[in-house]
Amino acid sequence: MSEAVDYSIFLARDAQGHAEMSLAVDGIDCAACIGDIENGIRALPGVVKARLNYSTHRLTVAWDGEGAPAQVVDRLQALGYRAHPFAGRAEESEARHAQWLLRCLGVAGFAAMNVMLLSVSVWSGNVTDITPETRDLFHWISALIALPAAAYAGQPFFQSAYRALRTRRLNMDVPITIGVILALGMSVVETALHQEHAYFDSAVMLLFFLLAGRYLDHEARRRTRAVAGNVAALRGEMAHRLGPDGVPVRVPVQALAAGDHILVAAGERIGADGVVAFGASAVDEALVTGETLPRPVGSGAPVYAGSLNGAGALTVKVTAGGEGTLIDDVQRLLDGATSARNFYVRLADRVSRLYAPMVHLTALVSAIGWLLLGAGLHHAVMIAVAVLIITCPCALALAVPVVQVVATGRLFRAGLLINAGDMVERLAIVDTVVFDKTGTLTLPEPELRLPEGADPALVAAAARLALSSRHPLAVVLARQAATAPLSEVTEWPGQGISALMDGVEARLGSLAFCGAPAPADLPATASLIAFRLGARTLVVGIDQGLRPDAGEVVAGLKARGLDVRILSGDRPEAVAPVAAHLGISAFEAGLKPADKIAAINALKAAGRKVLMVGDGLNDAPALAAADVSLSPASGAAVTQAQADAVFLGTSLSPVEAAIDGSRVAQRLMRQNLALAVLYNLVAVPLAVLGHVTPLVAALAMSGSSILVTLNALRAARFGRPVISVPQQSPPGADVVPAGVEEATA
Amino acid sequence: MNVLLYLVPLALGLGLAGLFAFLWSLKSGQYEDLDGAAVRVLSDDDLTEESRK
Repeated sequence: MSEAVDYSIFLARDAQGHAEMSLAVDGIDCAACIGDIENGIRALPGVVKARLNYSTHRLTVAWDGEGAPAQVVDRLQALGYRAHPFAGRAEESEARHAQWLLRCLGVAGFAAMNVMLLSVSVWSGNVTDITPETRDLFHWISALIALPAAAYAGQPFFQSAYRALRTRRLNMDVPITIGVILALGMSVVETALHQEHAYFDSAVMLLFFLLAGRYLDHEARRRTRAVAGNVAALRGEMAHRLGPDGVPVRVPVQALAAGDHILVAAGERIGADGVVAFGASAVDEALVTGETLPRPVGSGAPVYAGSLNGAGALTVKVTAGGEGTLIDDVQRLLDGATSARNFYVRLADRVSRLYAPMVHLTALVSAIGWLLLGAGLHHAVMIAVAVLIITCPCALALAVPVVQVVATGRLFRAGLLINAGDMVERLAIVDTVVFDKTGTLTLPEPELRLPEGADPALVAAAARLALSSRHPLAVVLARQAATAPLSEVTEWPGQGISALMDGVEARLGSLAFCGAPAPADLPATASLIAFRLGARTLVVGIDQGLRPDAGEVVAGLKARGLDVRILSGDRPEAVAPVAAHLGISAFEAGLKPADKIAAINALKAAGRKVLMVGDGLNDAPALAAADVSLSPASGAAVTQAQADAVFLGTSLSPVEAAIDGSRVAQRLMRQNLALAVLYNLVAVPLAVLGHVTPLVAALAMSGSSILVTLNALRAARFGRPVISVPQQSPPGADVVPAGVEEATA
Repeated sequence: MNVLLYLVPLALGLGLAGLFAFLWSLKSGQYEDLDGAAVRVLSDDDLTEESRK
């Protein structure tokens, strides 16, 4: 780590003017790590603050004066933790929103408790000996507490209802807002008229329950996004940017901008989209196109972010850097595909669209009905308000979000990070699963395949020589090495490397370079690399291994009655054996992104509900086109942003868990909605007939909310514990989330 | 009913005190790292040399 690294784009200033930086830290798994990290970092010169957030695995460090950010990263590395700086502007505003909701919740809770205290006195006093003066006093005090509290705590609903009405839509917040305002207004009138009943307690309690649901919902998503952000940051992609003086400086890829020149060494990933300015090589674009064979590039050829450089060093002129590393084509396809899915409306919204007009109509009809029956205007309006309060969608507004929160927490523990709020509802009705091959069914990192009867000593020697090469295939072989690299190695550009091993010439490289015959017993999909030591030769294959449980998961999905298919951008020869091995008969290979969309749209046109699982940049539009989509954490950043959920680790079982979990969650949501409807069927007639006193309204409302919440908690217990969150993960994906039990609390 | 003259304000005062305590703890960031707070109590780092004996 002697090389200069420029982390300056991640630096911010804190309130005291210290330079401050946030880092995503990997490898934290116990309480002792907190002390290790904080004390280790505080011991650095100039550091004034080091605070680790154990929930999100983020470290905040502040310096006085000239401390260098790279020093902190190195120090953490020395302590045994991988870390990468983090720029989380969007998350800051989310944290502020969460705080605001919590403040509203606190205010509503305070008001609900105190108003309830007074209301219970009034209720019991009404049947015993309360004097009208005392009752009025209690009602006025209730008004004094409830009005300002509701004005403050109701803001999340009022604002949302106002936004909805301004765009001429109805959402759940509209009946809530109308109900709360009418109830408060009517209660003030009742109090002024010295009546027996007021609804202050119902109004603030309603706000309290609804805010609790909303806060839980928001918090679960925020936590998921924080972990997803860590996964992205910890990949820690760096690039060598050429300074004005021609000296390369290591910078995070986020800092690259169009016009920069970057140096890409052999075996390195390219950090941004660009054109080759100088040099020749072959690039592996498996993440971008799904094609596993390297594509030769020379001066003027376009290269894309995420592709792996082969044997030669390249100087690339960046055309799109930072967050904008997209192929325009992919982006255009994405836009088209995304808008096609927007017609889908969340279950709760669909219900509320019907529900809101129905509630208001019922209230209006009962008021008119009572007027026609000869009741006074005051009495009729009171009944309408009672109808509005008792139907106020407390249970309904909690029914879906609470299940979602609990199910999200459960899926999180199975290794899934959920991006889209309505994913559970879409996933539950899926009947076709489409997999991409490279990086999805297969592991993103290639695996070594040895021919039968390979001499272990020869393999060890080959691995030792491979340590001196940065060729991507050699790097895989070098993982087998147990000894130090050789000191003198000659490079033969485009062919391989050679060295003297115990006085014998050893060569590693292409089959021709080593004079080795092509073997018959290696898989046809493997890339070959040859080794010659004196007269003996060895040919090994480097192949993309299947995910360890791919077979099981595919079989499991079929057992659930799902149609499993493969759509791959890779060559047919590479796809066929994988499909045969997994027992998937429906596969298509050599597809361009547009072909994948066409294939998915054809399935959708045939009435299928399609789940797409893919990782490459080429899959992003197809993911957007499918009804619902999953992506592994090792996938391209764009693809992850497009997927409804991201799964961690090397195992494919989260796909199965996601389908099971969402089916259970869907069932619970339906049950909850049915419960809410049932509650309304019982409560509404009572209210319309004029039997609802504030006491009954308060009991019915909180009772239905608690029932729905308890039912939702059952989502935490579905199925067997799928996996204990992935232990052996590919590099960059091994963030083990701490439990999310809070989400269900 | 004179007892109400001081009992009601007292109840409200206690409620308000609780509310302000909650708002203060929220503002000072005590809800930002609930997992961390749970495990930090186990650490002895904040003890001085004497109190450790």
